[in-house]
Amino acid sequence: MRPSPRRLLNILVPVKRAVDYSVKIRVNPQQTGIDTNVKHSMNPFDEIAVEEAVRLREKHKESIKSIRAVTIGPSKSLDTLRTALALGADSAIHVQIPDTAPSPEPLAVAKTLRSIIQKKNAEASGEGDKIDLVILGKQAIDDDLGVTGQMLAGLMGWSQATFASKLEVDEGKQEVLVTREIDGGGEEIRCKLPLVVTTDLRLNEPRYASLPNIMKAKKKPIEKLTPEDVGVDFTPQLETVKVSEPPTRVGGGKVANVDELIAKLKDAGLA
Amino acid sequence: MLVSRSCAKRLLASAGRAARYSSTGTSQLNSVTEQDIEYFSKILPKTSIISTLAPISSPSDELNSFNSDWMGRFHGRSTTVLKPKTTRQVSEILKWCNERRIGVVPQGGNTGLVGGSVPVHDEVIISLSNMNNVRNYDPVSGVLVADAGCILQSLTDYVAPHNHIMPIDLGAKGSCHIGGNVATNAGGLRLLRYGSLHGSVLGLEVVLPDGSILDQLTTLRKDNTGYDLKQLFIGAEGTLGVITGVSILTPPQPQASNNVILSLPSFDNVLPLYQTVKRQLSEILSAFEFIDRTAYNLAVKHGQGRALPESETVGAECFILVETSGGRREHDSEKLLDLLESLLGADKPLINSGVLSQSPAEFSSLWALREGVTEAVSKEGKAYKYDISVPLASFKQVVDDTREHLRSKGLLHDKAVKYVLGYGHVGDGNLHLNIVADAYLPEITDALEPYIYEVVASHRGSISAEHGIGAMKTHALHYSKSDVSIELMKKIKAVFDPKGIMNPGKVLE
Ligand SMILES: Cc1cc2nc3c(=O)[nH]c(=O)nc-3n(C[C@H](O)[C@H](O)[C@H](O)COP(=O)(O)OP(=O)(O)OC[C@H]3O[C@@H](n4cnc5c(N)ncnc54)[C@H](O)[C@@H]3O)c2cc1C
Repeated sequence: MRPSPRRLLNILVPVKRAVDYSVKIRVNPQQTGIDTNVKHSMNPFDEIAVEEAVRLREKHKESIKSIRAVTIGPSKSLDTLRTALALGADSAIHVQIPDTAPSPEPLAVAKTLRSIIQKKNAEASGEGDKIDLVILGKQAIDDDLGVTGQMLAGLMGWSQATFASKLEVDEGKQEVLVTREIDGGGEEIRCKLPLVVTTDLRLNEPRYASLPNIMKAKKKPIEKLTPEDVGVDFTPQLETVKVSEPPTRVGGGKVANVDELIAKLKDAGLA
Repeated sequence: MLVSRSCAKRLLASAGRAARYSSTGTSQLNSVTEQDIEYFSKILPKTSIISTLAPISSPSDELNSFNSDWMGRFHGRSTTVLKPKTTRQVSEILKWCNERRIGVVPQGGNTGLVGGSVPVHDEVIISLSNMNNVRNYDPVSGVLVADAGCILQSLTDYVAPHNHIMPIDLGAKGSCHIGGNVATNAGGLRLLRYGSLHGSVLGLEVVLPDGSILDQLTTLRKDNTGYDLKQLFIGAEGTLGVITGVSILTPPQPQASNNVILSLPSFDNVLPLYQTVKRQLSEILSAFEFIDRTAYNLAVKHGQGRALPESETVGAECFILVETSGGRREHDSEKLLDLLESLLGADKPLINSGVLSQSPAEFSSLWALREGVTEAVSKEGKAYKYDISVPLASFKQVVDDTREHLRSKGLLHDKAVKYVLGYGHVGDGNLHLNIVADAYLPEITDALEPYIYEVVASHRGSISAEHGIGAMKTHALHYSKSDVSIELMKKIKAVFDPKGIMNPGKVLE
């Protein structure tokens, strides 16, 4: 059999700084949003995305030419990029928005990613330098919108594989076999590159960032861009009317015996 | 719910007639009788009494968890557990027991590690678990006043929304009571930063054996008015009275915390590392914990926290967990990163590698590797636990010597001692030396004691740095305390508890 020709892959991993999942969310007094003066970390699904890119590199070695992390966010998002770099991304792009700006919406994020891909691919010196795989979280745990990946695939006209729990790349055939999480099991789909993949929880378990890698990360390049550079308007299209906490659960009561239980159920019209 | 005097007297008389002197007790204590239960039923609701005696007649297995300690090493034969809800009820119980000469064991979360919280014979157990209300909290001064039976974790949760933390933290936080913590003068993971309970406890409410209530529940930080009596109850392990209320100073929650686990090629590097870390992190250093390789492996084996990647652990003889707590994230991270960079970049690095937590989840996971050792050890087998203070430099020597000593006695194999390991609070000079055995065997005990106590004494160390004396180490007290000290302790005990009903057989023989 003839060995398949060696192809190179360039991966883009969008990551988001989000309120850490262990934090108890509190609605702000104005009921316009949540108290954000709490611990943040990388959106867990994005951490899985970075991990997957790094694992692909470990498996396919030099065929994975580059892993770029990108984030759109305020100055503190730099921490999130540093984490991505410490986990194994080669370089990063920070599209910086003002610290006071509202969190960008999925369509604006997807357009930004498109703009970055188009720009990088236009600058690329050859096919082997073009971004052809985007791996991102299926949703961010702060707004839970879960549409950025799909919008990006739509805007680019690329294949998409959402809720991935397993990835197998065949760089020779320029194909990826993806197992998707669906109700009641998994679905296998074969996608042509270029491709957008969104990650599900079971795809992998992200590693700890080791000290040597954290130190190396400090020296990796981070490119800064402005909203103007990417030509995207981040003004929200959605209006938040009101944010409120779910009603607190009223505690149950104890009954002494079955008769009392039946009586109570009857009172409540349930029996 | 005061019982009329005459009724009490009558009951006392009849109970006295029925009294049976316990066969083994040196101090002539009486067993609980049905008449006692009758009296207890007058001061407590039925639901607050568990007893195998009539008329309560609980099934005996309901008492099992109260009669056995956390390690499953010490077992009492108490027939009766009382769960008072108020200080007044505690007072009436003690008054009765004192007059009747019934031994009393105060019990908190029953997580103590020296057999102090379970009876040696059939003493009555007073469980504080029903006294679990916060009495008062001042978010400005941070002073918390709570019932002794409040679980440490629930107090931590209580003060958290006010941006404060408890000054103590330990692996047993989900079960242990603040009263138990005070009674054992528990040290734990925050001692390096916030000092011992002798400093952070501002006041106590204690019921003395004769039923009188010592109300020293002040919230004052400064109070120099004679002898500081409350200090005597901190670490008394329930031998002087029952603590019913605690007033404690809670520090403000650090705005930023980080942790990192460092892997070290050799134990010899621990001390120089401690010096370097102290110098570079100065005020933000909040914990410096040591885990030897065996302890780490056991924690990982029993699922306590996510393991570090292989690449970070190869060739590591031990690990150090460093925690920082401070007021400003950027400042702390910069300091920590500078430290790590200089450690990695040194000509002769003190560390091989390590892992820095990137999120609160990873922060907890790294801590779990250290905190989980206690639990991992108990899952692995039967533990002989020695929590000793020895000079830092001899930590490893003590662990290695103990292992060799056991080997020389032919006791280091699958059916006897499986592991000898060390971990602990380097910052406090406190080593936890654990011997994990297949089963508790007399020949292992004989090999360990007095061997270990002699080693400790030769270093002028302490045979119990933080867990206390309990029932486990009474015979060894003299390795750490002079005759003069022990005599004085006995006199103090006699002042508070002349009839010797309070936690008999504990601390003092
Ligand atoms: C997983 C684990 C980790 C631990 N880590 C540490 C650690 O890091 N540092 C440390 O110092 N200890 C540690 N310990 C042991 C520690 O002493 C106990 O966990 C805790 O302080 C005891 O509280 P408790 O409520 O469980 O008390 P118990 O075990 O119920 O009682 C302990 C002693 O205090 C007495 N007592 C309890 N309540 C009262 C009261 N209200 N009035 C008078 N006397 C009372 C009892 O009679 C007994 O003598 C650990 C234990 C476990 C199981």
